[in-house]
Amino acid sequence: MTEPALLSVEGVSVDLPTPRGNLRAVDQVDLSIGAGRTLGIVGESGCGKTMLSRAILQLLPKKAKLSGRVMFDGQDLVHLEPERLRKLRGRSLAVVFQDPMTSLNPVLTIGTQLIETLQEHLELDGQAARMRSVELLAAVGIPAPEQRLMQYPHQLSGGMRQRVAIAIALSCEPKLLIADEPTTALDVTIQAQILDLLAREQRRRHMAMIIITHDLGVVAGRTDEVAVMYAGRVVERAPTPDLFKKMHMPYTEALLAAIPKIDARPHTPLPAISGRPPDPTRPTTGCSFAPRCRYAWAQCHGEKPRLEEAGSPGHQFACFRPINTAAGVPA
Amino acid sequence: MMQPVSPSVAGAPLLRVENLVVEYPVGNKIVHAVSSVSLEIARGETLGLVGESGCGKSTLGRAVLQLRRPVSGKVLFDGHDLTAMQGDTLRRMRRRVQLIFQDPIASLNPRRRIGDIIAEPLVISGVRDPKEREQLVHDVLGAVGLDPELVMGRLPHEFSGGQCQRICIARALVLSPEFIICDEPVSALDVSIRAQILNLLEEMKTRYGLTLLFIAHDLAVVKAVSDRVAVMYLGRLCEVGPSEQLFAQPAHPYTALLIEAIPVPDPDVRPAESVAVGEPPSPIAPPSGCRFRTRCPRADQRCSDEMPELREVAPEQFAACHHPLIGAGQASNNGESRSI
Repeated sequence: MTEPALLSVEGVSVDLPTPRGNLRAVDQVDLSIGAGRTLGIVGESGCGKTMLSRAILQLLPKKAKLSGRVMFDGQDLVHLEPERLRKLRGRSLAVVFQDPMTSLNPVLTIGTQLIETLQEHLELDGQAARMRSVELLAAVGIPAPEQRLMQYPHQLSGGMRQRVAIAIALSCEPKLLIADEPTTALDVTIQAQILDLLAREQRRRHMAMIIITHDLGVVAGRTDEVAVMYAGRVVERAPTPDLFKKMHMPYTEALLAAIPKIDARPHTPLPAISGRPPDPTRPTTGCSFAPRCRYAWAQCHGEKPRLEEAGSPGHQFACFRPINTAAGVPA
Repeated sequence: MMQPVSPSVAGAPLLRVENLVVEYPVGNKIVHAVSSVSLEIARGETLGLVGESGCGKSTLGRAVLQLRRPVSGKVLFDGHDLTAMQGDTLRRMRRRVQLIFQDPIASLNPRRRIGDIIAEPLVISGVRDPKEREQLVHDVLGAVGLDPELVMGRLPHEFSGGQCQRICIARALVLSPEFIICDEPVSALDVSIRAQILNLLEEMKTRYGLTLLFIAHDLAVVKAVSDRVAVMYLGRLCEVGPSEQLFAQPAHPYTALLIEAIPVPDPDVRPAESVAVGEPPSPIAPPSGCRFRTRCPRADQRCSDEMPELREVAPEQFAACHHPLIGAGQASNNGESRSI
């Protein structure tokens, strides 16, 4: 990519001390995203995707140790003074979390929370902030927005709460929105509406977006690029069509195969991935997926593969036995 | 007397639910959780029950077991009406029906060893010989893919979510039940583990000759294991039919909406911009007539005046809709049901 990235994550690792020893939640991750682009980060629970998003936002638990650089809009967030960081977050760097009930303050009305954000970051007066809030709620598809301003989060449904959280995130026209499992707590019909809403607002505002999810189905039609994480590392990263059609990492293949397909016949056995992810407090010498990988050979157990670009442009993977390549294993 | 139209199965069903009504009081209001639901499950069959949260699918599952007593209606298990049973009679019957829950970790007592957890149903049902109990626990743990020697003496926190669900399945199987209600058994699990558990359930079903009621909100998961699927919305059944047929050719607009909303892991399938379908209304004051009408693109006056009954729209496929997507729009027909 020639244009400078809006966000670039360079060699970021996150270590958490636990009673059982050091837990490396994120291991040497490099990622970047350009203005107006959408990046999907996919992985199962415990793969480090949420810790990575918290590392970007500088919202890690206090005892966590972060190394590496997080460059956003020309500034290194890791070394930014707290005051400037706070101004940045909510203004040009916004986030939507999985559970809107915990991200909204239960004892403040929707209006107070929206207006507060607008006054704080955009220095609007009360009347202007109020009008802007009504516009925002209408934009995210909330009926009767004037009345909603007076309501508390518990008076809204899960889908409506997530719309409010999105309205707050969008309120200051951020350059980057991080959506961490934004629809996991919602029903499937509401999920589709929320994902459409995010896509529409993103296009309209030319905002960059990172969607973090465990569901490959969520990123398939809605992202430009996807990074697959496993055991704290990015194991494959590619433009979205490439990743689905010509994946090189056996984990990506296995993950996609394990999803029940709507067009499969009932009672078709699913190609499950045997075993389970490694214990993050016990680092492995080889590829962390090797014990579950059907293609693994001796090298995979003894040596850690690096994330490298090969084959098509922009397609990186960390594997000694890649599939769908001339040199690798025929899939 | 008006004969309720219900999708029936060939031969004597193992489970027959007739006009089941379950209501919860909330303050001085009533939540209409399950409203006059009728269905049948044949021996050896898996019936999938889908719907969004709050549609009453879990309540229906619990009401079948009489964990929540219905307000009215019947639950006939192997010909016996569970709603009329109490105390020991009901308890004896329940041995033949087991339940698997969504959160496998929360459904295991954290202070008890796995061996004791799985033996508990045996103790309750009067298997007095400890040797015999141990043998049964041993066998069932092996069947669900766990090593009995390594597992029996350990505590639940030592296991992952997927392993805990295997333990829950073992506990459900240890009494050799005929019927298992699986309430969102894989929703809390990761994709790679989910496939393992779904495969295990299928394997156990064949091995133990089980009949399953499989409750879930994920249509693709339901389709993977079900012979027939029932779709529920706000306490009522919208549609029942053979899985493949129902997915290929949904008759109820709600079924079609659910299918359309599933994110497909294929970048070539551009997600259809969802129509403004809004959210389900409250089950405290459900809409008159068809309960889906407030979100339905096909709704008209008739849908608010008259509640649609389930009727056959294609062989073995039943839908409760005045304007079904298939069946040549024979909406004005009185729609006589044909028993198969």
